[in-house]
Amino acid sequence: MKQKTVAVVGAAETTEMGKIPNMSQIMLHADAALNAMKDAGLTAKDIDGVATAGDSPVEVAHYLGITPTWVDGTSVGGCSFMLHVRHAAAAINEGLCNTVLITHAESGRSRVGARRFSRDPASQMGQFEVPYGVTTPPTMFTIPVLRYMKDVGVTEEGLAQVAVVQREWAAKNPRASFRDPITVDDVLNSKMIAWPFRLLMCCLVTDGGGALILTSAERAKDFPQKPVYILGTGESCETPMISQMEDFTTSKAFRVSGKKAFEEAGIKHSDVDHLMIYDAFAHLPLYGLEDLGFCERGEAAAFIREGHTRPGGKLPLNTNGGGLSYMHSGMYGMYALQESVRQMRGIAPAQVPGAKISIAHGVGGMFAASGTIVFSNEAP
Amino acid sequence: MADYNRPLPAPTPETQHFWDGCREGELRLQRCTSCKESYFPPRPFCPACGSRDVEIYKASGKATLYSYVINHRPRPDFGDTPHSIAVVTLAEGPRMMTNIVDCPQTPEALELDMALEVTFEKANDEISLPKFKPSKG
Repeated sequence: MKQKTVAVVGAAETTEMGKIPNMSQIMLHADAALNAMKDAGLTAKDIDGVATAGDSPVEVAHYLGITPTWVDGTSVGGCSFMLHVRHAAAAINEGLCNTVLITHAESGRSRVGARRFSRDPASQMGQFEVPYGVTTPPTMFTIPVLRYMKDVGVTEEGLAQVAVVQREWAAKNPRASFRDPITVDDVLNSKMIAWPFRLLMCCLVTDGGGALILTSAERAKDFPQKPVYILGTGESCETPMISQMEDFTTSKAFRVSGKKAFEEAGIKHSDVDHLMIYDAFAHLPLYGLEDLGFCERGEAAAFIREGHTRPGGKLPLNTNGGGLSYMHSGMYGMYALQESVRQMRGIAPAQVPGAKISIAHGVGGMFAASGTIVFSNEAP
Repeated sequence: MADYNRPLPAPTPETQHFWDGCREGELRLQRCTSCKESYFPPRPFCPACGSRDVEIYKASGKATLYSYVINHRPRPDFGDTPHSIAVVTLAEGPRMMTNIVDCPQTPEALELDMALEVTFEKANDEISLPKFKPSKG
């Protein structure tokens, strides 16, 4: 169903990024939100819809002094913000609210005022996964990759190449955490974390946040920034337990979410000028490129090795440096959305010249959920 | 066993039969009596067709290695020796998370699709965890 168009009219990240020990998690939400409101020329009084994940939207609304008529606390991991964009678009179209604020913040590194993480031993994961040593993403998100590598013929070098190319993008971004060039050998010789994953194949752990403000495309014309239109959206989920994925070589949630977003936007893959794929670990862009249909099964590693996703390539991918080199506070989806918006506004540090359509694709949990947003800087 | 300091499952009414089976040295699965689908983790209805007519049965304990990682990060509860965290495909179809034991924890020793069989590791009087070891043939 194609509804009236909604646009991003405010977008910002936290003032600082990386290590922010002097700010608690709720203040990181507020810092990003205040920056986004300034960007949009709004105050809290102008916001009537609030969404966040991880923390409660009630906390965010009250801390900022917002009285919303629409609240979304969908929390399905790092892609939650893609789902918020999708839900916000529907809510605005339905007249439930006019101006939505979506925030993410996490004191991922400094852990100031951050939620404590624990898994109930009576939950399904607590009973059937945690006892075997799978408690953190490096020992969980990584488990499918050996099956993928064997079945589709990808090597450790192919996996390492993902991190190498993303570092090329990070080198162009003054805010990126890691900017020095790396080689495939550097990646393969970095510290072993969970075989076959080395340190440089795993995302950073940082502090930070981001916020988006959305309203109807009709109203968007009156805002100070160039509107970035939502052309299409998708969402799905598969399983909270990575051991229960249908197939370790492909994500069902990615496929369903991506297909929805493409259909709703009415675009072809060749229309896409810029792509963000949530990269908590080096295998995610490979799954993303294939499950979204940019590459045939098993061809993503070669596609990256051949240079199609690097600066100057035909499909610039993860142009902020990604979770591997830019930043990753815990729920990276917000930063993928922010980079898509910057690219559509034409203000990204590594700007793709003339880009008109951008896709931000997120993962939640460990292949548990997914959200996909198609952006454009041209009104549909 | 008193010094077992790793996270342990807390059985629920829907999973008690599974953990009772493990304690008694049996890997118990469930199967739908209408569509015949075997499934895991336990629940009192068939996730394929929704029927509540399901039965518990003793699985063969045979499996193959689907995928794994070898964790190298020291943990207070698992020690600092690299250890496998694996997903196996049971002969009956369902997959489960486990550790591969009784073999070197190396990529050379852990070959995808290798034949495995269940073995139970007693944690305490209530809980034994199903683990898998290379099949003897």
